[in-house]
Amino acid sequence: MRLQYPGTIRIIRVPCTGKVDVIHILRAFEKGADGVYVVGCMEGDCRFVRGNLRARKRVESVRRILDKVGIGGERVQMYNLSSGDGPRFAEFAVEMTEKIKSLGPNPLKAARWKMAS
Amino acid sequence: MIVADRKPIEEIIDELKDFKSILIAGCNECVTVCEAGGKKEVAVLASSLRMYFMNQGVDVRIDEVTLERQCDHEYLEEIRNVIDRYDAVLSLACGVGVQFMAEKYFSTPVIPGVNTCFMGVTEERGVWSERCQGCGQCILARTGGICPVSRCAKRLLNGPCGGSSNGKCEIDADLPCAWQLIVDRLKELGRLDEYELLAPIKDWSTDRAGGPRKVVREDVRL
Repeated sequence: MRLQYPGTIRIIRVPCTGKVDVIHILRAFEKGADGVYVVGCMEGDCRFVRGNLRARKRVESVRRILDKVGIGGERVQMYNLSSGDGPRFAEFAVEMTEKIKSLGPNPLKAARWKMAS
Repeated sequence: MIVADRKPIEEIIDELKDFKSILIAGCNECVTVCEAGGKKEVAVLASSLRMYFMNQGVDVRIDEVTLERQCDHEYLEEIRNVIDRYDAVLSLACGVGVQFMAEKYFSTPVIPGVNTCFMGVTEERGVWSERCQGCGQCILARTGGICPVSRCAKRLLNGPCGGSSNGKCEIDADLPCAWQLIVDRLKELGRLDEYELLAPIKDWSTDRAGGPRKVVREDVRL
């Protein structure tokens, strides 16, 4: 398809979004990620029945935590698409990149830099 | 198992805000099963707190450990060599574990990270409910294996009160009447005649009414 999407995104492949746990997403933010989004199969189409539904609940849980610790829950997002829908994947990448750009960098990076200096 | 629930992170932050190095200690037993204070919950809470304090510009060291149990000497001993490195311990064990750790490490503040709720069962993933109040004199043999002490709001021992309607308790339309459950089960067991037997006045001195309790078994003491 040779689709273009922003180079700001680092893809981490998992066998199913049900593998993604709360701590994985939190550690990404702790290490300085500006945003994290989880892209799963369409709801109802999970090969493992409930993997993407579990992922959605975990993303919501991370969102609440990030709001409470001052990072901002809107930096994490769950998306669903069919595995054959490449253009949609590129759209999500653009949408998320624009959203994160408008939110600015992860506040922990500035805080860490300030503490180091 | 002992069922606990997570404390709000705001409350935990408020308790920890004056400490510079904190050990978060989970427990591998009951609180792991009820997803309140096991290794996973320790990791999530530690990460959340590290991010909170860093974002506030406060340099706090937060380490993690999960012990096999916090209600036994042998497992609590595992942190004896490291506990002096911390200003405080946030224990995600039940109230028993928090207290036993505080007794053992007398000069280190030990703060609870969960609310200990009751002794109960996992009805389904994410739903736990009470089954035992540890009254010290089990009467389940006479009540069809259903406990009126823990499951009846009034702890009645001789049949339901007038608040039982359509098998539900008057305090909550979703709560089954314990005596309805008992009658149903006795009927199923063909032992409904036992329902007619009067339960004598219960000796509540083995319950909390008799003060803090203790079991001493000379046959197993070393």
